[in-house]
Amino acid sequence: MLGLFLEDIDEGLSVDLGSYQFTRQNTLAFARKYDPQPFHLSDEAGLAGPFGRLSASGWHTAAGWMKCYVASDEAARAKLQAQAGTLPEVGPSPGFTNLKWLKPVFAGDVVSYRCTVTGKRELASRPQWGLVFSLNEGFNQNGELVFSFEGKVLTARRA
Amino acid sequence: MAELLHFEDFEVGQVIDLGPYVVTADEIIAFAMEFDPQRFHLDAAGGEASLLGGLSASGWHVSAMLMRMLADAWLNKTASMGSNGVAEMKWLRPVLAGETLSGKISIVAKRISSKRPEMGIFQCGFELFNGAGEKKTEMTAIIFMRVKAAC
Repeated sequence: MLGLFLEDIDEGLSVDLGSYQFTRQNTLAFARKYDPQPFHLSDEAGLAGPFGRLSASGWHTAAGWMKCYVASDEAARAKLQAQAGTLPEVGPSPGFTNLKWLKPVFAGDVVSYRCTVTGKRELASRPQWGLVFSLNEGFNQNGELVFSFEGKVLTARRA
Repeated sequence: MAELLHFEDFEVGQVIDLGPYVVTADEIIAFAMEFDPQRFHLDAAGGEASLLGGLSASGWHVSAMLMRMLADAWLNKTASMGSNGVAEMKWLRPVLAGETLSGKISIVAKRISSKRPEMGIFQCGFELFNGAGEKKTEMTAIIFMRVKAAC
């Protein structure tokens, strides 16, 4: 995670991951492909729907987090590589809990994401790996919390 | 267009089939390029060198494919009101290029919102399998649906 080995990650580490702009174009494109519910597809249905306006798929809000996370991870790795050298292998995630779509995200919104480490543990089944737990949040341009989830990611241990 | 179904039309214990959804390498790579450009989602060599064992879909892509199957099989036939969240998502096994996903939704519980009597709340379990019957993904989530009696 963020170019760090499990041993170097501490609870409380908090990283601003940057932001993702939900344009009308990318909002509609994502919804047409993956979430074609009427209220994500047109202004008229958005107006009549549960969110009162054309809104982004909640899974688009989640994918925007991932995009920002990977960009932050790559930037952190590039910086560490220039300084020191050996970087941990990047690990996948086995899932998440408590994902909340707290407020709708509308076309035109910009969501800024943050990742805060909440814990870690070693993995008995995979001695080269551990799990890092994090609280992830997304705030819109008005500073309102619109999205959160508790993530976990496999993170390599020092050999 | 057929009349939309409402909260009252579905019962606890009901199961709705999902899929099939063919997962192509092109789609895995396109999603990854846009949202999750990690090497195990971008090419076969990167996938094979990783814990995932082959070119595999981003977990968020699997989630999005599940959403598409959910919209096609159920929500777009109903007066769906969206969702406020997912209690748990388990990406149990990697979803690999060339696999075909199918699955099911199980309605676990239902109630009408105490604050909003026009809105029904379903708690649902979701499962996705590949063609060999291996379970790939499990999700527990909320679905909101309009109550017909309140229309």
